[in-house]
Amino acid sequence: MIGPVLIANRGEIACRIAATCRRLGLRSIAVFSDADAGALHVAAADAAERIGPAPPRESYLSIPAIIAAAGRSGARMVHPGYGFLSENAEFARACAEAGLVFIGPPEAAIRAMGGKAAAKAVAREAGVPAIPGDDGADQSPERLATEAARIGFPVMIKAVAGGGGRGMRRADSAEAFPAALAAARREAAAFGDDHVLLERFIARARHIEVQVFADAHGTVLHLGERDCSLQRRNQKLVEESPGPGVTPALRAELGRRAIALARAVGYVGAGTVEFVADAEGPLAAERIWFIEMNTRLQVEHPVTEMVTGLDLVEWQLRIAAGERLPAAPPPLSGHAVEARLCAEDPARNFLPSPGTITRLDLPEPAPGLRIDAGFRSGDVLTPHYDPLIAKLIAHAPSRTEALARLAAALDAVRVEGIRTNAGFLARVLRSEAMQAGAVDTHFLEGFRRQEGTQA
Amino acid sequence: MAELGVPVELTAAVWKIEASPGQQVAEGDVLMILESMKMEIPVESPRAGTVTSILVAEGDQVQEGQVVLLLDA
Repeated sequence: MIGPVLIANRGEIACRIAATCRRLGLRSIAVFSDADAGALHVAAADAAERIGPAPPRESYLSIPAIIAAAGRSGARMVHPGYGFLSENAEFARACAEAGLVFIGPPEAAIRAMGGKAAAKAVAREAGVPAIPGDDGADQSPERLATEAARIGFPVMIKAVAGGGGRGMRRADSAEAFPAALAAARREAAAFGDDHVLLERFIARARHIEVQVFADAHGTVLHLGERDCSLQRRNQKLVEESPGPGVTPALRAELGRRAIALARAVGYVGAGTVEFVADAEGPLAAERIWFIEMNTRLQVEHPVTEMVTGLDLVEWQLRIAAGERLPAAPPPLSGHAVEARLCAEDPARNFLPSPGTITRLDLPEPAPGLRIDAGFRSGDVLTPHYDPLIAKLIAHAPSRTEALARLAAALDAVRVEGIRTNAGFLARVLRSEAMQAGAVDTHFLEGFRRQEGTQA
Repeated sequence: MAELGVPVELTAAVWKIEASPGQQVAEGDVLMILESMKMEIPVESPRAGTVTSILVAEGDQVQEGQVVLLLDA
């Protein structure tokens, strides 16, 4: 491996990458915006470079600013973390052009998986089932109605340009389809584009993803799955591995699909293949479909690290330096659960809570308890960046013990100055549904509403 | 009819202004959308009325409790 490594990110992930660099004897260089000059991630690295003002577009999302910082600091490798520029093919190219090793997949693989429609086409080619739907190449109402009937009702009509639930309509039958289509189109027009696509509606869904790793010598491995069904606003809050109810046979099948997709795009490095599973009844391979591939390290990668005993960032660095993966992955051991401690108020529909963290006491790391923090007492959480303060990850021989250990860790969190979701997450982990593994992607918001009516 | 100031709930940036002066709005209508910590937060009209003036522009930073819009309601 060759240092120094420039870490093109902030918060907990920048701290976490710096820790692995230090352990491997690699010099690390942080970057920071004006809002982050005194941030923990700056202290965690061996050196730091200013990259611009607080708004992400002028700092953490600025390719020229980051390439210039790499040049000034003498960096040889660039780790993008997650978010920001991590899935930006232009950034991967800019690194290569500047003679820097981008720690991630080849530019072509990022592009191939970059759009949902393009990724689905890759899946079709690779023989991996994607969620039944129609990409809306023909927008005539007659053609869309025919496609809806082929997909099967209920069907979701989604505005291509929509977002935040707007421009989305469910049609339960062929009779109801024309009116639902017209309504979705009206809402979509507000986004300046009335194109829609169709997708099978899954009333109760679970989010299951598979961690893959590929080296530059043709070896592709999978490291098992993570269940990330506990979400709010389509963002994950709790993740675990193994996934409840995932049998060894199902794990092997999802792993096979994930590896086929990685091979289809010439993947190298760490990636995650995301699936949606029908949560009505037991999990079944024929009711699990590919949605997208994330061509980077995930926020929730520590749960995989806890059950495999591997350091995924170390593997990323080794693969980027041309090293080979082992022939087989380690076996999964025990159960790991992660909770994301965020600056937000569950009682007010998860409203963000920026401000100064006047006090932040996190439990001490211990065997079976890992704490990945990005902030400390006195730090300011600005509205410019995401609300993640720290990740708490528990590992134990059984799922029940891991959930209990994580809930106890959340009980020990003390935060003043801002609101957090610590208490809410502890109650979620102790809930009957979570204990039974009977959750879906709507569970968290339902749980919050239920608490709201009881309060 | 009385003039009513509409405050924001949190420190944020003004992402998109949906209402315009003179516009009739119903209770719950989205007046503007804020962005904070990578989330979009709608500012809804607290009651029916007419928008008299908008006190911020898209891209402005606003503080918790700041009045961003006046309503004749």
